[in-house]
Amino acid sequence: MEAGIHELTAGYALDALDPDEREAYEAHLSGCESCQEELTTFWETTAALAVAASGPEPSPALRERILADVRAEPPQAVVPFEPRRRLAVPVLATAAAIAAVVALGIGLWAADVSSQRDEAREALERERATVGILADPSVRSVSLQAGVGRLFVSSEGKAALVLAGLGPAPAGKTYEIWIIEGGTPAPAGLFAGRDATEVVGVDGAVGDGDVVAVTIEQAGGVDAPTTPPIVTSDPV
Amino acid sequence: MRKQHTHLSDEALVALVARGDEAALAELYDRVGRTAFGLAQRVLRDERHAEDAVQEAFLAVWRTAASFRAERAKASTWILTLVHRRAVDLVRREERRRTEPLGDAHESTLAGEAQATEEDAWIRFERERVQSALKQLPDVQREAIELAYYGGFSQSELADRLGVPLGTIKSRMFSGLTRLRELLDDSAQEGSWKPEFTS
Repeated sequence: MEAGIHELTAGYALDALDPDEREAYEAHLSGCESCQEELTTFWETTAALAVAASGPEPSPALRERILADVRAEPPQAVVPFEPRRRLAVPVLATAAAIAAVVALGIGLWAADVSSQRDEAREALERERATVGILADPSVRSVSLQAGVGRLFVSSEGKAALVLAGLGPAPAGKTYEIWIIEGGTPAPAGLFAGRDATEVVGVDGAVGDGDVVAVTIEQAGGVDAPTTPPIVTSDPV
Repeated sequence: MRKQHTHLSDEALVALVARGDEAALAELYDRVGRTAFGLAQRVLRDERHAEDAVQEAFLAVWRTAASFRAERAKASTWILTLVHRRAVDLVRREERRRTEPLGDAHESTLAGEAQATEEDAWIRFERERVQSALKQLPDVQREAIELAYYGGFSQSELADRLGVPLGTIKSRMFSGLTRLRELLDDSAQEGSWKPEFTS
């Protein structure tokens, strides 16, 4: 009955399975990579069907209701972004609300289906990987001694800086990231900077006691910092 | 509230939502809410119920953002999947059935040329692309997909309604969606959701 259950991927993507088959399919899906991949691409197709159904703007009251809902959520349900330094807490919510959602969110998003190639895509993938660090439940949030933002470090040492609007680097210059281990800075990536909040991945592993810093350097980057840091993290 | 969020990607916003950032959720809503509402209304055919579906879906986004695999998926697709699931659950529970023909309910609701926004233009473009792909499907496949996705009918309900065996409905849906995916891939312009990423 294998072929049969694979075929249900389309019905599942369209939310058209009957309850018993939906359950059976979800049980199958968790262990079937080819169905996961297929489902991911079918979801891109159904998302296009969704966009085609777009109509007028909803009433502004809906936006207010949603934001009011969110404010009314118990605070322990989510991990605060700014203040406390603590480990991420698994999301708590009622089983009923979550049941439908978990299957959609966890593990089903198969990698790279299409084969677009250009730089924009690479940049996007880099950004997704960076954002993935923020979403990692093991991530630690480290405050900055200098600069506005936070440093996030996963248990594997992957790290990302969230920076509030450094502004674009001056002409002919770039921002360069450093991982400082025992007083020795090692280059950890370049970025252009912008006026808005941005998430920047740190290239290289960040270990306990390391400091992450940012300096302004000649375009193209340098091997060792030549200017004082404008962003410095606390030791990790 | 940080208005700088407008420059973040959808996926970055979901990551911030997972950390309890309300402004990030508001920004996601501003980007996806209109499509979410249009979709829910198409399925539910009732403004009030459509709003409920969107509201519940965004609450689910808020609660489960941490489970979203940002490195692998488009956030907008994930959100629309949640909205659709809620809408279909509601329409089935309400038994408020969808007997009207599935026309292009919103055809006349986009702004006219004069005040059409960039978003209107993009939606119109996407709609034409999807409709022209749907038209290339065999009638029975298109019917199965439209009744399922926009009508909220389950496979067994469709089998009853159309008087064909359940297995036939399953194959029509699978072949139809597979073909639709090919047709849309062929006509895809770089990413189907307004790409706004910088590195």
